[in-house]
Amino acid sequence: MIPAQFDYLRPGSLQEASEALASDEEAKVLAGGQSLLPLLRLRLAYPSLLVDVSRLEELTGILDERDHVFIGAMATHDEVLRSPAVIAGCPLVALAAATVADPAVRHRGTFGGSLAHADPAGDLPAVALALECVMVTSTRQIPAADFFLDYLEPALEPGEILVGVKVPKLGPGWGFHYEKFHRTAQAWAIVGVAAAVRRANGSIQEARIGLTNMGPTPVRARAVESALQGVELGEAVRQACAEAAEGTSPTSDLHAQADYRRHLAQVLTHRAVNAAAGRP
Amino acid sequence: MPRIAVTVDGIRYEEDVEPRLLLVHLLRDRLGKTGTPVGCDTSNCGACTVMLDGKSVKSCSVLAVQADGSDVVTIEGLATAGTMHPMQRAFHEEHALQCGYCTPGMVMAAIDLLREDPDPSEETIRHGLEGNLCRCTGYCNIVRAVRRGAQSMGQAVTTP
Repeated sequence: MIPAQFDYLRPGSLQEASEALASDEEAKVLAGGQSLLPLLRLRLAYPSLLVDVSRLEELTGILDERDHVFIGAMATHDEVLRSPAVIAGCPLVALAAATVADPAVRHRGTFGGSLAHADPAGDLPAVALALECVMVTSTRQIPAADFFLDYLEPALEPGEILVGVKVPKLGPGWGFHYEKFHRTAQAWAIVGVAAAVRRANGSIQEARIGLTNMGPTPVRARAVESALQGVELGEAVRQACAEAAEGTSPTSDLHAQADYRRHLAQVLTHRAVNAAAGRP
Repeated sequence: MPRIAVTVDGIRYEEDVEPRLLLVHLLRDRLGKTGTPVGCDTSNCGACTVMLDGKSVKSCSVLAVQADGSDVVTIEGLATAGTMHPMQRAFHEEHALQCGYCTPGMVMAAIDLLREDPDPSEETIRHGLEGNLCRCTGYCNIVRAVRRGAQSMGQAVTTP
């Protein structure tokens, strides 16, 4: 379908963009458009104004800082997954970005856009949560744990724009994996698991697990994280991962029933933790 | 109405466009580039794939205004002086199409994946074409065509 009518603004500065967004509550930010344009075409969204932030300098680039990697909101998935700074400093982000849709979508879709869209079925929100990223907006910094409020609802005020994300470097000893279960490249993850695991002396010292599509927001599998502490690789890991669905509220839809998602969360968490711990 | 400047298949155009005009409709309805089809309408099928500043995109998921100042290459821009691009010829020779609807997007996606890997394995090709659907399910011949196209583009394909 052809989208409903809207106005279009390509602001020259972040401030101009913020003012335009603040002055019209039906206005939407346009980044790469790979989530928004399909919504417009299906007429599931009727914004009055699109504010195209794609050419704002402040939102571009990937910077290798001392203790974190700063990923500009407009960095595309394709740029992210190839970035030497990301691969070295926060490889989990590159692993997850490589699973987003297909090459053409990754050429346009952006890291910041997928976070600000706050779709719990998107791959990056669970990663941002697990890595305890910090969202840098036009006015403040928001920890990932406070950013995803509800389904498609980020903690952004009217006129507030996501500028970039600080992804902490976890340092030596950590291993990473993103395990995604989906039927086709373009389909959302039925369930996804982002795992970061620190190993020492043959056992798991610390684990961080983020779950994709297990509720209205991405969630941390806290029960698994604490159950994994100090656990040796092997059967004990499987037992710990059996708690993956604890505290989640997955939806039932065309693709899967909620109980199937709970089951998947356990299986995929087990796979993801083993892979992150370097065990095939 | 925003005015945009865009180069398509080597020719520069200036157009007044409604903000909601999709790139694929600019190409087809305004510039007559009907070689690029509209497939699924939901950015799933990849039939409308074109190159935007050298990278593959689904032109149903890009607004014409977003392409302002950009360089677009469609399937119609591949042949030179009446001679098919090696990838087009490979699709012809390997019978990599039945109905042909997905072919323009497949060819563009194939050329895009060679940009990163001029000597792709079958697995790399299948992975690189993930975003392009052939509902005649003629994938075997498509994969063969991409390997042949890569070969004739001057790159030896050695992996089985």
